[in-house]
Amino acid sequence: MMARKLNKQSKLNQISATGNLLLNMLFVFITIVCIAPVILVLAISFTSEEAIRHAGYSFIPREFSTAAYDYVLKAGDAIWRAYGVSIFVTVIGTLLSLAVICMYAYPLSRSSFRARGFFSFLAYFTMIFGGGLVPWIMVYTRLFKISNTIWILIFPYLMNAWFVMIMRTFYKTTVPESIIESARIDGAGEFRTFLVIVLPLSKAGLATIGLFCTLVYWNDWYLPLMFVTERKFFNIQYLMYQTLVSIQYLTSGSAQFSEAAVVLANLPTESARMAIAIISIGPIVLAYPFFRRYFIKGLTIGAVKG
Amino acid sequence: MSMLYLSEPKPLGKLKKGLRTNGAFIAMLLPGLFVLLINNYIPMFGVVIAFKRYRFNKDFFTSILTSEWIGFKNFEFFFKTPQAYEVTRNTILYNFVFIALGVVIPVILAIALNELLNKRLSNFYQSIMFLPYFLSWIVVSYLAYSMLSMENGFINRNIIRALGLESVNWYSEPKYWPFILTFFQVWKYTGYNAVVYHAAISGIDSEYYESAAIDGATKWQQTRFITIPLLQPVIIIMTLLAVGRIFNADFGLFFNVPKDSGALYSVTDVIDTYVFRALRNSNSVGMASASGLYQAVIGCITVFTANFIVRKIDKEKALF
Repeated sequence: MMARKLNKQSKLNQISATGNLLLNMLFVFITIVCIAPVILVLAISFTSEEAIRHAGYSFIPREFSTAAYDYVLKAGDAIWRAYGVSIFVTVIGTLLSLAVICMYAYPLSRSSFRARGFFSFLAYFTMIFGGGLVPWIMVYTRLFKISNTIWILIFPYLMNAWFVMIMRTFYKTTVPESIIESARIDGAGEFRTFLVIVLPLSKAGLATIGLFCTLVYWNDWYLPLMFVTERKFFNIQYLMYQTLVSIQYLTSGSAQFSEAAVVLANLPTESARMAIAIISIGPIVLAYPFFRRYFIKGLTIGAVKG
Repeated sequence: MSMLYLSEPKPLGKLKKGLRTNGAFIAMLLPGLFVLLINNYIPMFGVVIAFKRYRFNKDFFTSILTSEWIGFKNFEFFFKTPQAYEVTRNTILYNFVFIALGVVIPVILAIALNELLNKRLSNFYQSIMFLPYFLSWIVVSYLAYSMLSMENGFINRNIIRALGLESVNWYSEPKYWPFILTFFQVWKYTGYNAVVYHAAISGIDSEYYESAAIDGATKWQQTRFITIPLLQPVIIIMTLLAVGRIFNADFGLFFNVPKDSGALYSVTDVIDTYVFRALRNSNSVGMASASGLYQAVIGCITVFTANFIVRKIDKEKALF
């Protein structure tokens, strides 16, 4: 009865059909603006070199061709290696940073932990002040020498004060103190309580932070720009950065192309670049529908309430 | 009940137990502390490089300790270059524009999203608008290039030349770049911010709107007198936090989208890209660390000021 009444009232408060139509038109326009550049790159990757030379980049391929993808599949040793680096770094990096962040955030969420203010500040302070680029680079090149290894692509992002804050809020709002307290009375140690009770209750938080971490690692080009000169540790983003400057990174990797200059002249360079961009976006776009819900949920709990 | 009473520890036992639980907590903190130490706190020690003539000597600490003190010389060098003013101006002005647009556009869109009659469509729009947030700046630089490339770019080939005009060499014409950079910044982050604000709006109790509607309030009045006031705390906090970081530019945007084109530095160079190039291209460690420290210190002051103001408004929302 009550519900029906409310329902009726909210109907009363709806915008008019014309207003709705206008708003929808606005959003259709905005979604087009958001997606058009990606569509353009997709279209270019399926356009033949000939058509690009002739008519430039355009939204509708004048001459449809999968040559760019054939080329990337066959000749792209460097590309697949970089792709592998990206996958490895993203998987290992996400797992490790998720562990580090969740373990750091948990004590900070517990009111029985006296020193939580101090340790929170230790993390927050890194968001406020930093030593700057120069000493940071020197630490990894002169002190803790891991530049030009796979670990330099993982280690610096293991901790993230912002994610720690979100995760701490998550524990506080989703795990009731009374449950922790009763586990304690049952004689469970802090580690056991954390692993058996707190973590299973925080699945949505873990998913959100895990997705944030995945994005950080998959989209990273900054660490290779700073620390990597050996091509075998290039990830896909950094390879793309290099490729936009010059296409030769693709060709120099495979011997078969240096043999014939004729082949080289017909390389689908323009479309191949865009094909790599599409391949690099691929995993994110495919996984996107699945993690959007968690992502938005995490944002609302972590960012707005926190 | 009596069991509970019995298990109540004695003072000594309490201390022991306290140590044990704290021990477990400290153990959980350790991996994070290790990363913070290496990645953040040891580099802070390195800020003294800004006051030294840096010479590499054996290892990290020895080089810093044995390099000669030269006071504020590095800072003098930096502030004498014309770039010092230019990069500071660019950093602050761009950030001001980004902050303003990062509130106005997303809040309007969030309110509009909330009014749409079809919730499925609203979800669909949100999904698409969120997409740019997931793309790296490298990918965005590809998107920009596909639009702006001199020879083949969509704008030159299919718009400008189609209209019979001269092609524009986008990557060497500074006058367009304030707009291009702003466009891509807004393009990348609007969806994200709109979703955050939309979440805040959907948290508002619908009874407010219903009783206002019964009293004959129009949609515009409801927005003006219910939504905006209730959204205000979130807007103020988000804005102040962004203002606190006004000295930190988005390196990815300013480095990748203009393709590090020298002709554009007057309008695309910000403190972060300047520091990077000072180190990479001219290898001037002193100047790079001086300009980096200048940014860090002023940035720190702005964050503290912003936080102080946030604290005054809402203690819970303050960063520290």
